[in-house]
Amino acid sequence: MTILGKDLIGLAGLTREQITGILDVAEPLKEISERAIKKVPTLRGMTVVNLFFEASTRTRISFEFAEKRMSADTVNIAATTSSVSKGETLVDTARNLEAMRIDMVVIRHPNSGAARFLAERIESNVINAGDGTHEHPTQGLLDLLTLRDKLGAIEGKRICICGDVLHSRVARSNIWGLKALGAQVAVCGPRSLLPNAIREMGVEVFDRIEAAIEWADALNILRLQLERMQLGYIPSLREYNRVFGVTRARLEKAPRDLLILHPGPMNRGVEIDSDVADGPHSVILHQVTNGVAVRMAVLYLLAGNKASLADVAKGGPS
Amino acid sequence: MTKPLLLTGGRLVDPTQGLDAVGDLLLVDGKVASVGGRIEGPEGAQTMDCKGLVVSPGMIDVHVHLREPGREDVETVATGAHSAVAGGFTAVAAMPNTKPVTDNQATVGFVKRQGEAAGFARVYPYGAISLGQKGETLAEFGEMVAAGAVAVSDDGKPVENSHLMRTALEYAQTFGIPVVEHCEVMALAHGGSMHEGLVSARLGLKGIPGEAEEIDVMRCILLAKLTGGHIHLCHLSTKGSVDLVKWGKDQGVNVTAEVCSHHISLTDAEVEGYNTNAKMNPPLRTQADVEALQQGLKDGTIDLLVTDHAPHHYDEKEREFADAPNGIVGLETALGVNVTWLLEPGILTLSQLVDRMACLPAKVFHLPGGTLKKGSIADVTVFDPARSWTVDPAQFKSKGRNTPYGGRTLRGRALRTIVGGKIVYELDG
Amino acid sequence: MSDAPSVVLNARAVARTISRMADEILELNDGTDNLVLVGIQRRGVQIAERLADVIREREGVDLPRGALDITLYRDDLQTVGPRPVVGKTHLPIALDGRVVVIVDDVLFTGRTIRAALDELADFGRPARIMLAVLVDRGGRELPIQPDVVGKKVEVSPGGRVDVFVPSLDDRDEVVVLGGSGR
Repeated sequence: MTILGKDLIGLAGLTREQITGILDVAEPLKEISERAIKKVPTLRGMTVVNLFFEASTRTRISFEFAEKRMSADTVNIAATTSSVSKGETLVDTARNLEAMRIDMVVIRHPNSGAARFLAERIESNVINAGDGTHEHPTQGLLDLLTLRDKLGAIEGKRICICGDVLHSRVARSNIWGLKALGAQVAVCGPRSLLPNAIREMGVEVFDRIEAAIEWADALNILRLQLERMQLGYIPSLREYNRVFGVTRARLEKAPRDLLILHPGPMNRGVEIDSDVADGPHSVILHQVTNGVAVRMAVLYLLAGNKASLADVAKGGPS
Repeated sequence: MTKPLLLTGGRLVDPTQGLDAVGDLLLVDGKVASVGGRIEGPEGAQTMDCKGLVVSPGMIDVHVHLREPGREDVETVATGAHSAVAGGFTAVAAMPNTKPVTDNQATVGFVKRQGEAAGFARVYPYGAISLGQKGETLAEFGEMVAAGAVAVSDDGKPVENSHLMRTALEYAQTFGIPVVEHCEVMALAHGGSMHEGLVSARLGLKGIPGEAEEIDVMRCILLAKLTGGHIHLCHLSTKGSVDLVKWGKDQGVNVTAEVCSHHISLTDAEVEGYNTNAKMNPPLRTQADVEALQQGLKDGTIDLLVTDHAPHHYDEKEREFADAPNGIVGLETALGVNVTWLLEPGILTLSQLVDRMACLPAKVFHLPGGTLKKGSIADVTVFDPARSWTVDPAQFKSKGRNTPYGGRTLRGRALRTIVGGKIVYELDG
Repeated sequence: MSDAPSVVLNARAVARTISRMADEILELNDGTDNLVLVGIQRRGVQIAERLADVIREREGVDLPRGALDITLYRDDLQTVGPRPVVGKTHLPIALDGRVVVIVDDVLFTGRTIRAALDELADFGRPARIMLAVLVDRGGRELPIQPDVVGKKVEVSPGGRVDVFVPSLDDRDEVVVLGGSGR
């Protein structure tokens, strides 16, 4: 079975076998980051461009480590404008890069659909590092790997995603990935931050964090997307913490040993309190470690796969 | 001087006369001279064999964007009028959101003369409701009407200020023109690029709820009720809007409404894959909305069909979805879409289809034509509702190629378009 | 030359061969000091286990054992196709100054061993590296030779040698297909 085709655009549309396949490849790659010499020659000679249209430290660095540890040559491009304003269109940027014979592009962009837009127009492999509010597949995968490490299988487990689901690509990738692997998925947050169609996505809704804590095996706590909330979906951060914050007091009432995940960066004291983030339930740092292994796995699985552009444009996510 | 034109043996469909029968049609000096039965043509008349074809009053599209003045790179009045006749339309009404805005007699007159010079479909200009379409002060309705404007609209945008809309509805009555509103509550729709629903949630695109349109629909109906003015509602897209218009008509309000061909055929599923050729405002919605709009057309709640023909440059549409401009072309696919989705499944009869595409547009907007009664202008559409054809955007007469129907096979195509007794379009082959 | 698969080593023969290989390793190293057995995934690991069992029995010493997966070091990853599965690499002790015995089931072109040497270099600097293989089928494409060989087999270019181990295959034998037999 070919686990991945030419690109990784999202987890929606990947089968259980494909997702499990990626996690299984990531597993033995974890060890590379523990070695003294953190390198394998697998992608030697390949050029990978990190094309980031949105500021990001952790994702970009994680990808960079993954690429360098696989011996690829890395180029970072921090393009700060989207195609509408002055500057090159996304199409032109892509074509120029391709003319320099690069092998893979890792793209983060503020517009949903940008990764797919790029993938349909260039032959290089495209990895979506976050497009608008659509998907962030490698984050979803590292969350799944972390859950699998700590909970055993994911099938049947109860995972609740807490926070601004409406604007979250991490939430969407998690929902698709978790459902594909047979987990029970719920969300918890103010209604103004949940998409209207959330139930049609096969997801349960908890209005109060206490109910979510009572139900879940793990909480994936999203960062409040301050930069996306220009229109005031909630009255204040203080109120958000008082009503929805994951605090030690609330966690103490949990009937089981809940896992705490967070994609970072954290707003300490808003969606998550420090003593929870640094506490015994937290697997946040484990997520970060897994992130490098997962990204190495994705690079490894995509490298060298070329599909015809026509197939990519026709078919669904590849 | 155009020779007399005799159309023989076609199926004459004219709901204004209760006519649906095979017969002949004689056009002389730009007018209908005789309609129905067997007609003996005068000396020197040109004959057109219309056997097996439908002969109807010329179709009229009261909602198109011709982009001139200002964006001649994507369409001109001439190319747009040519596109119209290629689609079987003998007349179009051109929206005023041009650059500069058509909000004065000079620009109205310019658009009208460009249409006359092109010599294809008749072009009736709209005037803007407010200067610059800024929604602040009324434009000079009287001057614009005198220069040829047939209606006023700020289309592209709603008139947000209700006092201004009320005043427009009152003032327009002096000139007997409809006030035409693009229904949208900007605060609800802001930032949205497609219908708010499961598809938008999945694609991570901000959605526009149906209520953004319906709230303005209701406001307009109530203001028309208050003022006694004629409000015509553009491109309805939701079931809720249809229900509200029905209520308004039941109350005796002078409200009329239109629906675009794409809204009675396609749903938000069309956006899958971030297809910018499925992006327009108002957006494609759900199957339930499609069906309600079709029913609305059938029972007369919605009066007429339009296209909202909106050409865009390839480069502009070749962008990430949220950044791409709204709009698709429609003049050359409208008849095919309407036949395929309304006539073939039996939702509308042929007579009703002709009514919604030709007769009612003329009636609602007080335009000449829309009938084959003796003495009316000789604008005629000859079409074959059974003709199967595949849409090839590269062949469009319009400069715009942005259509979601590319590659699809439609049934129904115009074969001859006649304006003022003159054949301005003939489909070869 | 036969088309049917022929068993060149049955279970008893495999046991005898491994026993002799263990003796040779001890002989070459003059005992068990500093020895580390590193099996190449997957069947090399099983054979390394069996060698360790014999040595434990003979000498009473439990040799440290590691596993090496060379997938990421292969020189043919540029070929398009489904990605090979990556197995676990695990080295229990530092290799500096040790005598590493690379253990594999079949030695053919030598590219697997080349990859193993590259990978070991990333883990440290052994004093010496030896190579022990259960089957040597010839056909070398690189200048790599084994120090300890279980059995030499001649196989025609299109043929194959399969080593079956009990823990993975429920069989314990070495089979040649399309070879010239013994």
